[in-house]
Amino acid sequence: MADATFRIWRGDKSGGGYKDYTTQTSEGMVVLDAVHQIQAESAPDLAVRWNCKAGKCGSCSAEINGMPRLMCMTRLNTLDLSQAVTVQPMKTFPKIRDLVTDVSWNYKVKTKIARFAPRKPDAADGTWRMNQADVDRPQEFRKCIECYLCQNVCHVLRDHQMFDDFIGPRFLVYAANMEMNPIDSGDRLGALKDQFGIGLCNITKCCTKVCPEEIKITDNAIIPLKERVVDEYFDPVRKLFKMFTGK
Amino acid sequence: MAQYDVLEHDVLVIGAGGAGLRAAVEASAAGVKVGVISKSLLGKAHTVMAEGGVAAAMANVDDRDSWRVHFADTMRGGQYLNQWRMAELHAKEAPARVRELEAWGALFDRTRDGRILQRNFGGHRYPRLAHVGDRTGLEIIRTLQDHGIHQGIDFQMETTVVTLLKEGGRIAGALCYDRERGRFKVFHAKAVVLATGGIGRAFKITSNSWEYTGDGHSLAYHAGASLIDMEFVQFHPTGMVWPPSVRGILVTEGVRGEGGVLRNKEGKRFMFDDIPENYRTQTADNPEEGWRYTQGDKSARRPPELLTRDHVARCIQREVREGRGSPHGGVYLDIAWIKEKLPHAAEHIKKKLPSMYHQFKQLGDIDITSEPMEVGPTTHYMMGGVYVDPDTQMSEVPGLFAAGECGGGLHGANRLGGNSLSDLLVFGKLSGEHAARYAKANKAPSLPKAQVEEATRQALLPFERPSGVNPFQIQHELQDTMQNLVGIVRLEHEMIQALDKLKEYVRRAAEVGVSGNRDFNSGWHAALDLPNMLTVSEAIARAGIERKESRGAHFRDDYPDKSAEYGQFNIMIKKAADGGMQVIRQPLKPMPGELKQIIEEMK
Repeated sequence: MADATFRIWRGDKSGGGYKDYTTQTSEGMVVLDAVHQIQAESAPDLAVRWNCKAGKCGSCSAEINGMPRLMCMTRLNTLDLSQAVTVQPMKTFPKIRDLVTDVSWNYKVKTKIARFAPRKPDAADGTWRMNQADVDRPQEFRKCIECYLCQNVCHVLRDHQMFDDFIGPRFLVYAANMEMNPIDSGDRLGALKDQFGIGLCNITKCCTKVCPEEIKITDNAIIPLKERVVDEYFDPVRKLFKMFTGK
Repeated sequence: MAQYDVLEHDVLVIGAGGAGLRAAVEASAAGVKVGVISKSLLGKAHTVMAEGGVAAAMANVDDRDSWRVHFADTMRGGQYLNQWRMAELHAKEAPARVRELEAWGALFDRTRDGRILQRNFGGHRYPRLAHVGDRTGLEIIRTLQDHGIHQGIDFQMETTVVTLLKEGGRIAGALCYDRERGRFKVFHAKAVVLATGGIGRAFKITSNSWEYTGDGHSLAYHAGASLIDMEFVQFHPTGMVWPPSVRGILVTEGVRGEGGVLRNKEGKRFMFDDIPENYRTQTADNPEEGWRYTQGDKSARRPPELLTRDHVARCIQREVREGRGSPHGGVYLDIAWIKEKLPHAAEHIKKKLPSMYHQFKQLGDIDITSEPMEVGPTTHYMMGGVYVDPDTQMSEVPGLFAAGECGGGLHGANRLGGNSLSDLLVFGKLSGEHAARYAKANKAPSLPKAQVEEATRQALLPFERPSGVNPFQIQHELQDTMQNLVGIVRLEHEMIQALDKLKEYVRRAAEVGVSGNRDFNSGWHAALDLPNMLTVSEAIARAGIERKESRGAHFRDDYPDKSAEYGQFNIMIKKAADGGMQVIRQPLKPMPGELKQIIEEMK
């Protein structure tokens, strides 16, 4: 197959710019292969994160021709190779080097969300009984590979950088997974409203669009959580009830 | 002299896959201060790639199952070279280790009565693998991660070990560097748990990522521990073969568990032609019976596609070598055919094997619900590992523990699918428990500063040779050598040739050079990984030469049969006083009568 040119962002937090690399392509190649080939041929110190190379670990997130994607799952035959393919790091997070960004904020946010808290076991042997139908819903959220592409594309984080006020789609999905776990007894609704900024999401569904696991983030996780928060804190009937009963 | 920070912990866990996380959770629950270093970001380790499930005799689907059957299956699969005590502990404790994951948030697929569903897998007599579709590994690592972050564990991500530190014959910690800046960090600890996974990167075609360079195996060996069963490298029968860029990526055994069949280019199910004697009574003799087995018929026996991995891998290689392979040098794995048997087969396949569907669709333009996949063997798993005490997981070096893939002994000559996730849970827990106990009982050894300074000096040498040998070049040559000369089918003279080549790579590895600075410099990282890969490669080749028979994953074309004599011992690799590699035959420990009887009963 023909040569293709990749316009890769090189630099660190102090600055940088695009550099063009031309390399030979072959059948079935993905963007990560091209990056590795360039690393082996002409840029051994090109920094890139990767692990599984099969779309299962979520390490190689980047922006390819402006679209947030996993490099390992982006086939070259889906791109226009008559022009240079732009590869840049995720914009939302601080840069470390080249294609590698500092995603440590995500790990800190997760620790703030109340942990899973199971109810008492259903059976004498310490186990629970759950129907598959009830498990299907949270299982969708547990497909998440923590690639943070949804965080990267969410305008609350990307454009407004509201890292202190909003946990982002990934962690709304994480909270939803526990809230909808049939045996969880925790309550995260107050925190979602007050600390985690669920109200800041205005359901533009950009996160859903980029999810490589095709999780319906907005429809299945965020909107139901928003509804639960509204029911709990803003339902006028319930407010009246609370006023009289003090509960 | 290079600068370094010192961090203090009671227990340091090296590796944050399933075994490392499980060890850290257990040690922190015992009330000691725990640090975990991980070569990648948290939650990215190879455990995420485990697809089919975790083996545990819970008997939720078939009440004939019990720890005894699981024990016998594991020993049979390992051709009786397994450390029987590990196989016993593993079979007994796996059910509890799986159940406790639910209390930490895991959501396994369910039976009709709401319990954990279990599926069939190669070499397991009854449906035994708890699973979540075909992403069980992700479920396990995420559950342990999300539980672990609330346990007060100090996680140091993207941090790699350079060397273990010893003082007065005991373990004293580890010297590491962080990938981001290349800064040295000394982890001063009373106990160290190695949980670094496998060695797949020593081979060209592998399902393993860049991390699996045998670090734990090599570190332990150089620290004075023995390695056991290093000749046994598992080649998984089904890796992708096309397109070239995805060659080696795993195709779960779950495809065959759900009814997928192997065919050669003539359309023949060749697995029926070669059923080993010790599995004959357990194997279906016609396709119809095999199909019924995959659909849960308890009176049916398993199809030959679900024989052990070593055997299936060799059969595939034979078909390819004898000219009956698929266009790209594999064979066909067909799950689409089940539409003859099931209504809505396409939906069924997508539900049961979602990530396989996704993987082939996106990477290979293949729709597995309507056409067959092309598959071939891929280097997948290291049965061999650090020799440990079965009850505590401590190696021969006081204070040094090992668990998961880098620990050795449970699987013997061949690992059954599903026994890896249960291995890392059972022995991860045990190692964490005993490392914490050891740390409580012992004072911290003093920090061996001279050793630290010498190791940092050595680690920085490649920067003094900017035009030195390219580390990636040696790595590629090493991978070719191991693939071609110490691969699925082995010959004495080829392995000796491999040893000669390894000697030359060791010499050139001392001359590697890297350019740039220490920030996220993959060339430098490759240079530091290289000695580990060379050490494990030599151990594999030497143990392979020593075992002059064919058993489990170790197949010798010059000794194609199993030998009773060689069934009496394990091969151990230990560093000799002169620095050379010693190969030792260690007789099997006598098995208690009660366990022997179980094996007899289950034959």
